[in-house]
Amino acid sequence: MKPSLFEYCAPGTIEEAISVLEADADAVVLAGGQSLIPAMNLRLANPAKLVDLRKIEGLSDIVNDEGVIRVGAMVRHRDLELNQDVFEANGLIREAERHVAHVPIRNRGTVVGSLCHADAAAEMPLVLLVCDGSVVATGPSGKREIAAADFFQFHMTTTREADEVITEARIPVLPDGAGYAFSEFARRRGDYAIAAVATIVECGEDGVISRCAIGACGIGERPLRLNEVELAIEGKSADSSGISAAADLSAEYVTAPDDMHATTAYRQHLLKGLVERALTAAVARARGEQS
Amino acid sequence: MSTRMFGENVKRNIDSRLLKGEGAFVDDIPLPDALHAAFARSPFARAKITSIDTTAAENHPGVVAVYTSDNIGPLDIEMPLLIPHESMKDARTQRPLAKDDVYYVGQTVAMVVAVDRYTAEDAASLIDIDYEPLDVEIDLEEAVKDGSPLVHDTHPNNIAADFVQVSGDPEKGFAEAEHVTRTRVQVDRSTAAAMECRAVAARFDPITGELVVWDGTQAPISVRGGLASILNLDEDKVRVIAPDVGGAFGQKVLLFYPDELLVPYAAINLGRPVKFIEDRRENFIGSSQERTQIHYIELHAKKTGEVVALKDFFYHDTGAFIPYGIAVAQVASTSIAGPYRIPNIHVHFQAVYTPTVQVTPYRGCGRPQSCFAIERAMDQLAQDLGLDRFEVRRRNLIGADEFPWVRDGLLFADGLRVNLDSGQYHKALDMAHEAIGASDFAERQKEARKEGKYLGLGLAFYVEGTGLGPYEGGHIKIHPITGKVYVNTGLTSQGQGHDTVFAQIAADQLGVAVEDVILTEGDTGAYDWGVATFASRAAVVSGNAIHKTALKVRKQVITAAANMLEADERDIELRDGAAWVTGTNRSAPLAAIATATNPLRYAFNEAAQAATQFAPASRHDGPPLDEGQHPGLEATDYFSPECATWAYGVHVAEVEVDITTCEVNIGKYVCIHDCGNMINPMIVDGQVMGGMAQGIGGALYERIEYQPDGNPANANFVDFLVPYATEIPDIQVEHLETPSPLNPLGVKGVGEAGCIAVGATIASGLKDALSPFGNENFHHTPITPSMIFEAIKQGVLSEKETS
Amino acid sequence: MKPIKAVVDEAKRAEPKTTVKMTVNGSEVERDVSARMLLSDFIRHELELTGTHVGCEHGICGACTIIIDGRAARSCLTFAIQADGADIRTIESVAGEDGELHPLQEAFRDNHALQCGYCTPGMIMNIISQLEAGEKRDMSDDDIREMLSGNLCRCTGYANIVKAVRSATSATKRS
Repeated sequence: MKPSLFEYCAPGTIEEAISVLEADADAVVLAGGQSLIPAMNLRLANPAKLVDLRKIEGLSDIVNDEGVIRVGAMVRHRDLELNQDVFEANGLIREAERHVAHVPIRNRGTVVGSLCHADAAAEMPLVLLVCDGSVVATGPSGKREIAAADFFQFHMTTTREADEVITEARIPVLPDGAGYAFSEFARRRGDYAIAAVATIVECGEDGVISRCAIGACGIGERPLRLNEVELAIEGKSADSSGISAAADLSAEYVTAPDDMHATTAYRQHLLKGLVERALTAAVARARGEQS
Repeated sequence: MSTRMFGENVKRNIDSRLLKGEGAFVDDIPLPDALHAAFARSPFARAKITSIDTTAAENHPGVVAVYTSDNIGPLDIEMPLLIPHESMKDARTQRPLAKDDVYYVGQTVAMVVAVDRYTAEDAASLIDIDYEPLDVEIDLEEAVKDGSPLVHDTHPNNIAADFVQVSGDPEKGFAEAEHVTRTRVQVDRSTAAAMECRAVAARFDPITGELVVWDGTQAPISVRGGLASILNLDEDKVRVIAPDVGGAFGQKVLLFYPDELLVPYAAINLGRPVKFIEDRRENFIGSSQERTQIHYIELHAKKTGEVVALKDFFYHDTGAFIPYGIAVAQVASTSIAGPYRIPNIHVHFQAVYTPTVQVTPYRGCGRPQSCFAIERAMDQLAQDLGLDRFEVRRRNLIGADEFPWVRDGLLFADGLRVNLDSGQYHKALDMAHEAIGASDFAERQKEARKEGKYLGLGLAFYVEGTGLGPYEGGHIKIHPITGKVYVNTGLTSQGQGHDTVFAQIAADQLGVAVEDVILTEGDTGAYDWGVATFASRAAVVSGNAIHKTALKVRKQVITAAANMLEADERDIELRDGAAWVTGTNRSAPLAAIATATNPLRYAFNEAAQAATQFAPASRHDGPPLDEGQHPGLEATDYFSPECATWAYGVHVAEVEVDITTCEVNIGKYVCIHDCGNMINPMIVDGQVMGGMAQGIGGALYERIEYQPDGNPANANFVDFLVPYATEIPDIQVEHLETPSPLNPLGVKGVGEAGCIAVGATIASGLKDALSPFGNENFHHTPITPSMIFEAIKQGVLSEKETS
Repeated sequence: MKPIKAVVDEAKRAEPKTTVKMTVNGSEVERDVSARMLLSDFIRHELELTGTHVGCEHGICGACTIIIDGRAARSCLTFAIQADGADIRTIESVAGEDGELHPLQEAFRDNHALQCGYCTPGMIMNIISQLEAGEKRDMSDDDIREMLSGNLCRCTGYANIVKAVRSATSATKRS
């Protein structure tokens, strides 16, 4: 299990990186490499050229900029997970990061790399989607911002063009007082999720849910917002029977076929349970009943 | 007197080296100028090879040689059938490189040797092989039907072996029965997944004609014999070394894997060292697997629960080849009655060829399957008769005063009759009952259910024939310079701590510190009589051989010391690395005694000078060595057991099912364990706990997922789920020590113990936990969340319907 | 038996090479490597530091874990060239120069936390880096298991590794 031959370059600027990508359709961006290199070792991926971002300055910054956490392309999962400002601004991020593989992988793997890899069961694409975040794609004609909802297409497919580098992810901070939760089940700790649910809820003084964002991964070909569940929760007091009834609406979102780790029927059951757990925890947080 | 080392938790001699990264595994052995091998492997489960074109690979820069079945000379053969048996006809074994046909995904078709592994893999992918794929049938029960595609044309219905064994008078037992419990159970394919994959390196010296092979094998002596025989070399010119080996669990004992022959052959052929370091994917597709069996078991019982006869029929999946003969199936069939009296047994199996990698023993070797069959059936019997699960077992267990319990007619894998030699089965069951709090479990379960928690109590008993012969040897020599004790045996170690437990045995007889006993094993250059490490046999067979040898050397030491110290032999005691005259401060160090027993000695060191201060070591007239006497303190002896010795244990667990995630949480797990006298309880516990973790893997996580076309879909650690620390609970191990009457040390084997009963225990617990939802018996492992969901689904629906 | 083909001319296999420099266990090293050489192979075969083991080469088993710039990482999921300029520590750096075991290594021995020893170096490097990174010292067993997850061990069943970490961390806390 050794990678096949490839050319390697580590340009010093993003412009250089883009021109390499532009010139060579088989060139692939290398950041942390924690998804790409195993695929190369197994020779499932055989890129002709790797464009390593490691020498480009400024890609490792995490900035909280007017309500948006800007995560550079070389920011490692572990940096985002441990960043105290990020935790205070958006607690969902740390809660989700703890489910991303294991510490040694999070030490090397990048958040943006995970977004670009776009595994349908991965945690961080789900977080970006539920937070209504976006990515910044830098290409030959400049920068464009792509909303999460438009970015993730299929399992391991995004709307990034081959000559673009995702230079930044933008994750909004949570509104004051918002409750959040991340619930996941994987066969082993650190595995990709059989299903995971992320949610953010806001609650009025009257206890009524004023806004609910909820999404899931592992259940289909990309992370999905569970809009029906959101609608069923918003404007309600969200007691346990209300949450349960809303969770029942999640089953229809499961499109993943039976696979070696889960049947579709089981995934539906699991998703409903995870939705209930996540909503219950998030609502409790929003109401200040739980830290 | 010295403290007795036998039975002490002595820390391991080997650890310091391994902890510092100073281990020497095959790929760590410096071999300057070594070439690297990689294979082209079949992507089809069954196909005809229509052409092989190696031109592009041969011309690839860095490639030194490309081998196919056409240019491997004496290796273009079907490899040996290791254990022939009457139940097999024309047993099929693999060729080192496929010729005309391939029989499983991963079978080796061509080997590239190149300057490094990267280049070798590049070139292997350039070998152009045309295949004509054939139909396959992966399902065991379909494969035996008329008209199913055949793995080998020579074997109708894919039947590789067919064997019936009978003990007692089954027909009489069936007639006496008042109730019959019929159960079908299934265990799926798994693999050992040792952390180090297999590895072979070889170097040939054309001047001396010596071939040295480093092989991460469990059986270097046998590998040497086979290599010398197949390559037509002088056996004394072939040295096989099993250096540090990163776990094995049975998978590393197959004789031969293709690479074990091809790498030495290429080293001779090319005149340069050659290495093959198996990668993880290759380990999943090319190295032996085990487990798949489907049992149809019947318990014929009285209303009291007393089982008067057992009938079992099972299919055993042997993969595409059966090099090991029926060993796995035979162990399963002869273990089927477990710890129970059951006087009448009829057990019949068919070994079935499937187009998958060959099946050979993996830790447990058929026992987890037979334990799963009998123990799930026992639970079923208890339920059928309205008896408590502990009680139905209690009524059938062999009593402590009933040993030895012989099952005439059942021949174990050693070809000898099943002889359960000793045990305290009832006591073990009572201990398990107590440890898990079975008396008030029903109350706890009831309370928990009120809170929506589903607790279950799981229970399973197992027996394990261990310490198979035919023999092992021990050689001990006390070094004249250092006084240290050098022990050799024909085994290998893959983490079992032989260097420490064997040292404890020798130290007790020779009065030296454990760290002053130095064990060499796994090197045919050091010692070349013996069998191998497998079948939980090391402590029993080599342990006793070393014990017997140590007694011989002890006698030599005492005789020499008595002469040197001018005392009576009865007054000599050995301790602290010296011989002492009891009650005095007169002593001679072992180094001096070892020096003095050699008639030619130079004053190399203090020990040698000291030796001159004593009287001679032996007293006789005539030449310096008396007739029949040999120089030094040295002996060899052997132990050959009369039959296997049977260890046993009881597992009990409290499991909880999270009905939302369908996850199993093991709250408490207790193993009551008896392997006779324990040499080093710390190491015994380690073996048991490690085995149990593998058992949990087998019960809940690990399954090779063969697709209908025969492709394994999870030949990697991403999808073949070996548990991490987060998936394995704390396990409580309690011991009984019922000595075996079959060997001087009274020991039984422990290597495989831990894994055997786990599947049955977890299934038993899940059945209990989820009984409110229906009657799912969990007769199939591994048990996945999806299977648990299926079990609760009806209950969930009815719960909803009622609300 | 004669060689079937002349031994290859090394010059013919001209994979382009790049010079990498890094600090490994406190020493500067410099080598020419192919871009595709994995850091695990670089450490083991170029630097002959064979204490770092390779178990799966796809990032699941953790046997090859080393410390790169203060953090545990899989050396099989890093190209040597990516580590240009990095500070690397391997298992060979852990014991004292006089061979004295590190307290964590000592705890592994005391608690029989290793059997075959193949996963052990990666396990030790992962734990050490997390302890040095300031993981809390009053860890529950669940915390310890969480810390160990990411390193497969097939021999021990983990319980003794948990015990070893528990004893090493409480020992460190005392001192």
